[in-house]
Amino acid sequence: MTETSTGRTAGTATEPKKFNIDTVENAAKTPDVELPWAELGLKQNEFDEVVKVLGRRPTGAELAMYSVMWSEHCSYKSSKNHLRQFGEKVTDEMKKDMLVGIGENAGVTNLGDGWAVTFKIESHNSPSFVEPYQGAATGIGGIVRDIISMGARPVAVMDPLRFGAIDHPDTARVMHGAVAGIGGYGNSLGLPNIGGEMVFDSVYQGNPLVNALAVGVMRHEDIRLANASGKGNKVVLFGARTGGDGIGGASVLASESFDDTKPSKRPAVQVGDPFAEKVLIECCLELFKGSLVEGIQDLGAAGISCATSELASNGDGGMEVELTSVLLRDPTLTPGEILMSESQERMMAVVTPENVAAFEAVMDKWAVEYSWLGEVTDTGRLIITWEGEVIVDVDPRTVAHDGPVYDRPYARPEWQDAVQADAFTGSVQDAGRPSAPADLAAAITELVASPNMCDKSWITNQYDRYVGGNTAMAFPDDAGVVRVDEETGLGVALATDANGRYTYLDPYHGAQLALAEAYRNVATSGAVPMAVSDCLNFGSPEDPDVMWQLAEAIRGLSDACMVLGIPVTGGNVSLYNQTGSTPIHPSPVVAVLGKFDDVARRTPSGWREDGQAIYLLGTTAAELDGSEWSNMRGHLGGLPPKVDLDAERALGEILINASRDGMVDSAHDLSEGGLAAALVESSLRYGAGARIALQDVLDRDGVDLFTALFSETQGRAIVAVPRSEEIRFTDMCTARGFPHLRIGVVDAEGGTLEITGVETMNLDALREAHEATLPKYFG
Amino acid sequence: MTELPLIGEAVTADAAGARRLAGAKIGVITFPGTLDDRDAARAVRLAGATPVELWHADTTLGDVDAVVIPGGFSYGDYLRAGAIARFAPLMSKIIDAANSDARLPVLGICNGFQILTESHLLPGSMIKNDHLKFMCRDQILRVENNTTAWTRDYAGGQEITVPLKNQDGQYIADEKTLDALEAEGRVVFRYVGFNPNGSRRDIAGISNPAGNVVGLMPHPEHAVEAGFGPEIGSGTEGLGFFTSVLNKIVGDNK
Repeated sequence: MTETSTGRTAGTATEPKKFNIDTVENAAKTPDVELPWAELGLKQNEFDEVVKVLGRRPTGAELAMYSVMWSEHCSYKSSKNHLRQFGEKVTDEMKKDMLVGIGENAGVTNLGDGWAVTFKIESHNSPSFVEPYQGAATGIGGIVRDIISMGARPVAVMDPLRFGAIDHPDTARVMHGAVAGIGGYGNSLGLPNIGGEMVFDSVYQGNPLVNALAVGVMRHEDIRLANASGKGNKVVLFGARTGGDGIGGASVLASESFDDTKPSKRPAVQVGDPFAEKVLIECCLELFKGSLVEGIQDLGAAGISCATSELASNGDGGMEVELTSVLLRDPTLTPGEILMSESQERMMAVVTPENVAAFEAVMDKWAVEYSWLGEVTDTGRLIITWEGEVIVDVDPRTVAHDGPVYDRPYARPEWQDAVQADAFTGSVQDAGRPSAPADLAAAITELVASPNMCDKSWITNQYDRYVGGNTAMAFPDDAGVVRVDEETGLGVALATDANGRYTYLDPYHGAQLALAEAYRNVATSGAVPMAVSDCLNFGSPEDPDVMWQLAEAIRGLSDACMVLGIPVTGGNVSLYNQTGSTPIHPSPVVAVLGKFDDVARRTPSGWREDGQAIYLLGTTAAELDGSEWSNMRGHLGGLPPKVDLDAERALGEILINASRDGMVDSAHDLSEGGLAAALVESSLRYGAGARIALQDVLDRDGVDLFTALFSETQGRAIVAVPRSEEIRFTDMCTARGFPHLRIGVVDAEGGTLEITGVETMNLDALREAHEATLPKYFG
Repeated sequence: MTELPLIGEAVTADAAGARRLAGAKIGVITFPGTLDDRDAARAVRLAGATPVELWHADTTLGDVDAVVIPGGFSYGDYLRAGAIARFAPLMSKIIDAANSDARLPVLGICNGFQILTESHLLPGSMIKNDHLKFMCRDQILRVENNTTAWTRDYAGGQEITVPLKNQDGQYIADEKTLDALEAEGRVVFRYVGFNPNGSRRDIAGISNPAGNVVGLMPHPEHAVEAGFGPEIGSGTEGLGFFTSVLNKIVGDNK
């Protein structure tokens, strides 16, 4: 078998089209040819840099590679200088369990017992606005391939979603498509969807945020990295064929071709094939099991350009590839288009010559197409040929790693002070704040029926949460929990959080609040927080206001990780998110991963047992700025709730110990919607009500009943404690000096939620209000 | 891996009995796109039997005593759910064995049910849910026939809760077929309280005339371990499928 032969299942490779190939030799001879670098998104200085790096003008194919790899999406050129903090602000405590850090496809964390876990969150925002179904579907596909690339079996997904106003006519289009796409793709992969978020806000009207998280597990010895090492090892592309989908700005490369009959309109959004991906997952796991690949890389953004340059530059530094060996879905594609195509469900691997036959046997078993493209060299050059003629000859590092880095100007926006001075309390929107018992009950009902606080099962019932048989908790509990080892019960918990309104009011603390909430959610479930992945959704970095938000958020997040002692192991930056010229609220979505020694110890968010004592942990201040209540009244101003990371850590330890030692039967964190939302959610979880009296809280904290119910002070949770555990639990809180107050008891039979000073609320009526909102708008 | 059955006391509690149970081999077939194969194998193991991996391209069933065709999206459901899988080499062996005098017990779950109707081992067909969306929920079923190979450990009329999750779950057949199924007692499960997909006569599962082949849309293999299944009921109310067939196999082999 020669290095360019194609797989048996592939039949014959398509005859390469005759193009007027722009070879390296030609480029050297014709320095003055006009190239469409601007249309491909390169700036003048960037193009000049390419010429300088190469010592000549780039060929069309090289230009294609540099333009995609030096794009904001692939190179992080605007954020790189700031993202460094995630790698620099790392303590020994944070490194303890980190097996693979930032920079690989996804970070890997040690779980013990020889197990490791890898997880990552990414954005697929713009495609999901253009074509919601396919955009969201391929978002899942891409993040799952990142997880496979690390050698792991994917075990669950999550989806934080942010849409425009719930009553805007276009929101239904995006919502229906994105949810169906996530379900259609994720369900077909056999991955349980264990949680996520749903936020409606008009700032996301023309730019919804569709983020996707995947988590996978593996044995330590199965960890794989994306590098091509070992001179003479073979390079293989397998999975789906390469088509014309997902090529940005491809039309400008038409000058490369004499053929003007080819399709001119190509979808910029990739089209997903979940069946192909499911087969690819199983096929890759079989390759890993047999140790048949030396290095592996998924093909996502920038397709073959990215895979070849990253594999080569992370390995021995050289690779030779014959591009006509790539199996095509569309035979008219030009070399540049093949290099840029973002066709889904493809992987590239490096295989030793001895393993070629075994590799092909696995491909044949799963009927996966593959073609051998070339081999690893030690020349330090990435050489790509077209029918033997050299069309790319570059140092792969210059493509993959040495792209431009910008120190974008940033400054605190002039409007920031005015926004922060505009507190909710006393504002026009604050007029008529409820205080009478009937008005407070109506306010609570309105809160839990509001778009951001209502029941999300319209969405989550479209996702398979059972497949795999290891889902220990999923929506609507605070964290999703998946068992990793059936023998020991070892498992992981995951939560994602962000609050765009808080971050708009104060990006530094807003980002910290997102981390604090995700951390709290994981601890509430009973798991020990271990690692962080973040998806930083922001507007244009060329806007100094937005750049300041980004810089502040990264600084805040990295500082907070140090205090909480958990490292960022990977993530993604999504910039240019705006509706017209209006940027979205800065939305750093933070995912925290935690560990259970035994998932049987997980704590659900609702109570069940009649007579159990309900405790409020933490103190309450008057913090209504940026709250859901103020949002419902159309106000956004002031300062977000205070961040107290030491308190979060103390609370987390209490919740984790309480779970491990069986001291609590339910725990629910307080966040958006405050105590009011938490009490209703914990009651509706299993249909068991409660009798609550908050006078002690009001006296201790000096707040009124409305504030106690609706304030969004952080570092709080409510727990239900069995009578037999009450002394042990309160002793633990006292010993740790953590504020705790008994605020009531579970009333499993009454069917009501009674709060002194609030008209008694019927659980059935609350449930009806809570569950009616999404069906009302989306059918 | 635990060798002793966690459930199976109904048959025997002694070690010799456990060995006899574990001697029963239940095949779980995997097609490209199958998703719940590992779950079905776990259910078989928890019932006390030994699961055997079967591959769609195999040409022999080996010495398995029963077969589970698990859920998923075989071949992506791209032509029609189950339509391509039905032509797998192993399916013809399963069809022959199910129709033979030995009456091999066969259970089709979700996509497996769809494959069984495409194979004409069971009548009728599944179309898209009437509300057109994928639906995942804890579903209450009534066991209408407890004499099949897969339901003999249940009481007649017993209500059980198992997860339901599908896109194409609406069971349809012509009136004559439906009347015949009812008359012959071949409606094995009916949805209770809520029909999640518009299935005719609330039918959730049916059997062939001999009762060795059973197909249903909900997922009993996801209700075999407390804490990892439905929150309604014990969470293990699907285990009876697997103990039923196991008891039958062990009983037949005595």
